[in-house]
Amino acid sequence: MKDPAITPEVIAKHGITPEEYERIRGILGRDPNFTELGIFSVMWSEHCSYKNSKPELKKFPVAGERILVKAGEENAGVLDVGDGWAVAFKIESHNHPSAVEPFQGAATGVGGIIRDIFTMGARPVFLLDSLRFGPIEKDAPGSATNRHLLSGVVSGIAHYGNCIGLPTVGGETWFDETYAGNPLVNVFCLGVLRHEEIARGAAKGIGNPVFYVGAETGRDGLAGAAFASRELTEESKEDRPAVQVGDPFREKLLLEACLELLASGCVAGIQDMGAAGLTCSTCETASRGSSGIDVDLDLVPKREDGMTPYEILLSESQERMLVIVNKGQEDSVRQIFEKWDLPYAQIGKVTDDGIMRIRAGGEVVAEIPASSLTDQAPIYHREAAEWTPPAPLDIASVPETDLQAALPRLLAHPTLARKRWIWEQYDHMVRNGSVVGPGSDAAVFIARECGKLLAASVDGNGLITRLDPREGGRRCVAEAARNLACSGAVPLGATDNLNFGNPQKPEIFRQLRDAVEGMAEACRAIGTPVTGGNVSLYNENPSGPIDPTPVVAMVGLIEDESHITGQSFRGAGDDIWLLGEREAGLDGSQFLLIVHGRKEGRPPQTDLAGEIVLQDALRQAIRDGLIRSAHDCAEGGLAVALAESCLSGDTLVGAEVELPADGLRADETFFHEAPGRIIVSSDPKNRDALAKYFSGRGVAARRIGTTGGDALSLKLHGADISWPLTTLHAAWDRSLGDLMDTVAEPLAAH
Amino acid sequence: MRFAVLRFPGSNCDQDCLRTLQDNFGQTAEPVWHKQSAVSGFDVIIVPGGFSYGDYLRCGAIARYSPVMRAVAVEAKRGTPVLGICNGFQILCEAGLLPGALVRNRGLHFICRQVHLRLENNSSPFTCAGRVGQVLRVPVAHGEGCYYADEETLHRLEDANRIAFRYCDADGDISPQSNPNGSLHNIAGILNEKGNVLGMMPHPERACEERLGSSDGRLVFESLLGPALAATR
Repeated sequence: MKDPAITPEVIAKHGITPEEYERIRGILGRDPNFTELGIFSVMWSEHCSYKNSKPELKKFPVAGERILVKAGEENAGVLDVGDGWAVAFKIESHNHPSAVEPFQGAATGVGGIIRDIFTMGARPVFLLDSLRFGPIEKDAPGSATNRHLLSGVVSGIAHYGNCIGLPTVGGETWFDETYAGNPLVNVFCLGVLRHEEIARGAAKGIGNPVFYVGAETGRDGLAGAAFASRELTEESKEDRPAVQVGDPFREKLLLEACLELLASGCVAGIQDMGAAGLTCSTCETASRGSSGIDVDLDLVPKREDGMTPYEILLSESQERMLVIVNKGQEDSVRQIFEKWDLPYAQIGKVTDDGIMRIRAGGEVVAEIPASSLTDQAPIYHREAAEWTPPAPLDIASVPETDLQAALPRLLAHPTLARKRWIWEQYDHMVRNGSVVGPGSDAAVFIARECGKLLAASVDGNGLITRLDPREGGRRCVAEAARNLACSGAVPLGATDNLNFGNPQKPEIFRQLRDAVEGMAEACRAIGTPVTGGNVSLYNENPSGPIDPTPVVAMVGLIEDESHITGQSFRGAGDDIWLLGEREAGLDGSQFLLIVHGRKEGRPPQTDLAGEIVLQDALRQAIRDGLIRSAHDCAEGGLAVALAESCLSGDTLVGAEVELPADGLRADETFFHEAPGRIIVSSDPKNRDALAKYFSGRGVAARRIGTTGGDALSLKLHGADISWPLTTLHAAWDRSLGDLMDTVAEPLAAH
Repeated sequence: MRFAVLRFPGSNCDQDCLRTLQDNFGQTAEPVWHKQSAVSGFDVIIVPGGFSYGDYLRCGAIARYSPVMRAVAVEAKRGTPVLGICNGFQILCEAGLLPGALVRNRGLHFICRQVHLRLENNSSPFTCAGRVGQVLRVPVAHGEGCYYADEETLHRLEDANRIAFRYCDADGDISPQSNPNGSLHNIAGILNEKGNVLGMMPHPERACEERLGSSDGRLVFESLLGPALAATR
């Protein structure tokens, strides 16, 4: 097949601007051919080059004493966890593919992030996910489509993670009309390794052979990276060929074979073929190794005949890796890949001229300086619109509602309801490490390889970020750290996923800039470097951009098993304490959104200095054995947090809580969402010690009640509202399943 | 004792089984690669969970043709205890070492959760440390765990007391509500005629430490180890 001629239309179709085309001509000293144009288009897409976000990403703190591999250096950052052990972790999005084909889109997202982790030489041990969908209630507009997307994404993640044998131990899922047609699918993976096992994605050693290992190349996922860097439109369905098809069984074999290969000591460099496939892996390894690479496409294992060089290079077929092997040790690759019944082929060698040279049919079909693709992509400093802070909510404009009905209603809302319908579809127990599994503030996992107790939480709040991007950025980081503190962990590092609309719009770019600055500020204050992450822009559908949704996943370490703390009340007769200040207002609260349908107000601001004092104090109290349970007060406010502590344990535990009159309305007191508040329970014998303890550290702590009984009772202003636990539990536990499952249960008895 | 833990391409509970036997019970446990044609010299053979061959075609349908499964059949015939867990149970059914089949869960979803099991037979090497009617809390994690067999086979299993475990509630009551996947007769695990082959969908190796939610799964390993475990004490 003859390649098309390079016309302005062809250039535009590749998403390359006339200025960028001139830049390419400058680099090559000539016009690119069609194959080369394709290579530049994917490597210079936002997905691969971060051309719109790089100046912003530089604002994140990346240094720290535990950092072994820094953000941006390799496929994932690596942090020291002591005794010669390390963790590699990262979060990545697969939003666009999941919008078009939810099952495969989500499944291959999982596959991609797992490869990023084992490429570092780490054994992947667990996953987290952060998901956003449009409304799924039966009467909501577009709810059938949204349910289809939720169902497809969850089974896609389950399909891939379960088959590989990686537990999904935690996550978060929100529902809002802003994500209709543009769901967010962010998946996090963590792996463990010895310091000396860190593998590099560099093409080192002139003359070293380059191997292709893993699945054959087909025409699937052609130029997916470029697809991900566009807005979704009505015609996006036609992009379905840009969505890859995943095979978790192949990936499992590839994972085991690659770890075996790395252990054999024959590997000089290794890189997965993810976005932009063979193109990205060859030029990135060459660029990192300050070398060149010479590859013959005729030698690449292929699934179909007649593929052009352009198609082979831009294919995003899954479950493939590029391995640079020390010369003379080629037999190790043969032995290991034959043992695992996986295709492999020597396709080229490392050269010393800095050129990525691609051959096919005995001819050179592309010849490009490797570093020009990775380091000379244009950088755009986008224009940011001015920000007008939103007006604070006038509480008088919010009619007082029946609070007896409001709490069950909030607990049954998909955003706040228990996500059991989701996490029971994930094997969240394989690898025998899930000490605190899904449905708690942070997951706690024993990595059996090293015996370390790792905690992890993933958080993001699109509503707050929409109202105040800087606060949204600060808040997700502070909340993730607070969740770790509640579990008894010290935070070590973070990975970010920036989900935004089209950055060429000044309003959107402003959101991105401010949110990143807020996240960076909080990461710096808390002392958690960002080890890497992912940017997903152009999250728009025909009705507009999504609410800006920065998501952060944070990893922590628990020093001693006795420090592990859960969110549920442990039994009757314990004191209940509220740590942190109470504030007024319903600005940016889920209550205001769910009950009154309003996205309004000026969200309460995170006090980072106070947050650090609070988290340190809680952690110390946990270490001193004073705390029986700890739960972050987040979406839904105090009332929802109390209900979750009552409902989430193996047995239901009631609570009687009395809140003093202080001039606030009852709905404010119950559902206000100030950050920096934690509900803890403790043995009454520690009452005085705890009071002294917190006041000595300057942490506001108020004893608000006692656990026990079969109801949650809140007393306020002399009034008493009480909910039977069984009523709350039914609303909270069953709502998601009732909305999603149409299969009749159970069959008639036999 | 010496345990073999089979390893097929796609097995993913092999490491959990090996570690549990080594770390929680201090036993010798070795992986055995599916291409091996002998599996001799072991006291117990474990066919672990996972997605052997990606569960393509049908769960366990390809693994049964592995060279190692022919060797397992020989060992089973000689009376060596063989324990198939989850995908291992599916493989043992496909290999004809156990009757019946595991089909798609009634609710169609993959299910991972703690369930309750009632011990129905304490005369097997896998259950002899327990008492009939004892309730255990052990997790399941499967998409195809609905046990199915024809009426005649079910009668044979019931009459010969070959049902090792049934799904029940916390009080030991057996009902459709306590059946997570639609298995006929609430069957969670069955024995072969001689009683030396057990297939079960729940994962006892995931229930050997309280910190993971339950240690009730120890019963299966303690039964197997009985005298051996006592000797090490």
